[in-house]
Amino acid sequence: MMAHVTAPASNQTTRNGAAEAIHVENLHKKFGQLHVLKGVSLSARDGEVVAIIGGSGSGKSTLLRCINCLENPTSGIIRVNGEEIKLKADSHGHTVPADRRQIERIRSRLGMVFQNFNLWSHMTLLENVIEVPVHVLGVKRDEAVAQAEKLLARVGLGEKRDVYPAYLSGGQQQRAAIARALAINPRVMLFDEPTSALDPELVGEVLKVIGDLAREGRTMVLVTHEMKFAREVATHVIYLYNGLVEEEGPPEQIFGAPKSERLKQFIRNIG
Amino acid sequence: MPPGWGGTLLVGLLHSIEIAVGATCVGLMIGTAGAYGKLYGGPVVRDLLAVYTTIVRAVPELVLILLLYYAGTDLINQVLTSMGYQRIDISGLAAGIAVLGIVQGAYSTEVIRGAILAVPQGQIEAARAYGMPPGLMLRRITLPAMLPFAIPGLANLWLIATKDTALLAVVGFNELTLATRQAAGVTKAYLIFYLAAGVLYLALTLFSNLIIGRVEAWARRGTPSIREAR
Repeated sequence: MMAHVTAPASNQTTRNGAAEAIHVENLHKKFGQLHVLKGVSLSARDGEVVAIIGGSGSGKSTLLRCINCLENPTSGIIRVNGEEIKLKADSHGHTVPADRRQIERIRSRLGMVFQNFNLWSHMTLLENVIEVPVHVLGVKRDEAVAQAEKLLARVGLGEKRDVYPAYLSGGQQQRAAIARALAINPRVMLFDEPTSALDPELVGEVLKVIGDLAREGRTMVLVTHEMKFAREVATHVIYLYNGLVEEEGPPEQIFGAPKSERLKQFIRNIG
Repeated sequence: MPPGWGGTLLVGLLHSIEIAVGATCVGLMIGTAGAYGKLYGGPVVRDLLAVYTTIVRAVPELVLILLLYYAGTDLINQVLTSMGYQRIDISGLAAGIAVLGIVQGAYSTEVIRGAILAVPQGQIEAARAYGMPPGLMLRRITLPAMLPFAIPGLANLWLIATKDTALLAVVGFNELTLATRQAAGVTKAYLIFYLAAGVLYLALTLFSNLIIGRVEAWARRGTPSIREAR
């Protein structure tokens, strides 16, 4: 049985001809008995903003976390910038990355932003932002500091460079986490529900930063509950239902003229 | 060496400190490796570490010291002679550090394991997501992040180590307690020498608390104090 509904041809032609930054094909993920992803495919070309939407338990976060193997897929193909992530079965029969150095290299070019920020609590904002450039990518410290200061200023935290994350609001922490992701000069930014853990009045400041990045042509894959935002910034929207792509297409189609009954209901409920 | 019995006591104190520092360093190395092995190691490594921490923490330290000191030096010498080498005299200092280090290592393993478990998993995940290799992650993220949770337990272990050095008196190592016993025995001034020894142990503890307080404040630099949070 063909589990995955492939994108309609009309949709392919509307998407630009740029190189494919992320390619996911027929991805399955099982947690024990629980079959979370049942054959999902996804493609993000350079400059595209792909938004993944769907209800709780639809597998959208799992899909995103499989792209950099934070969750190891049970089966399927993942290519980042055309390079396929080598997977193998370990002694327990679980699929794991076959080449640690390959997965580390690929990860160091994917800027991940988490729901709970996950800044390193023993480092100031500046130290958080220069950590990966200096210690993983081998950038000279003073260059990394100069770059980090620019990025922190850009997300409105220039004054807070020497402050520890615990002393900041959630919105400030998330903006710092975005600066940390930008500091590695990522090919693709991965956002895992970046505003879900924030107080409502702090959501706007984070969405503004992400929106600016989208408008300047950053390639992004974004899992979000903010439908209005997804409609504004996404170039392509994927609606996941129960581990499968139920419908996908440009935002005008997904939000303006959804075909699937489930998607119609989802938009009604959430909007 | 300073003159008189006072000098003997000070030399004893110095030896005690040497052993405690050495044993704590050995213990921290064993404890870090042990905690990592228990958390991330394969089944064999985990079982071996479970045997180690269980036995060492089950047997009284005095018995372990006697066992490891006499049986250990005997074993080393048997191995050496069977390989055709000369027997060696193992110094009391080296033996003391090794024995207490093994004991400290077992307790440190559990303290550090608990502290690593207390680190918010998201911080470890962020390190993975940015492509940090395991060694770098341990050095840059896991160890500094677990330190605030480990320091109270490790500070306890350090203070215990300073006093456990007294147990080495039974194998004739000239630390503070043995020096005091000699001084008191010869001069018959029991009260004054044991009081002096007590004061020296207390002074060591007070000084340690000062240092530990500083280290803890540094380790918790990113954590608002409970009082502020209230």
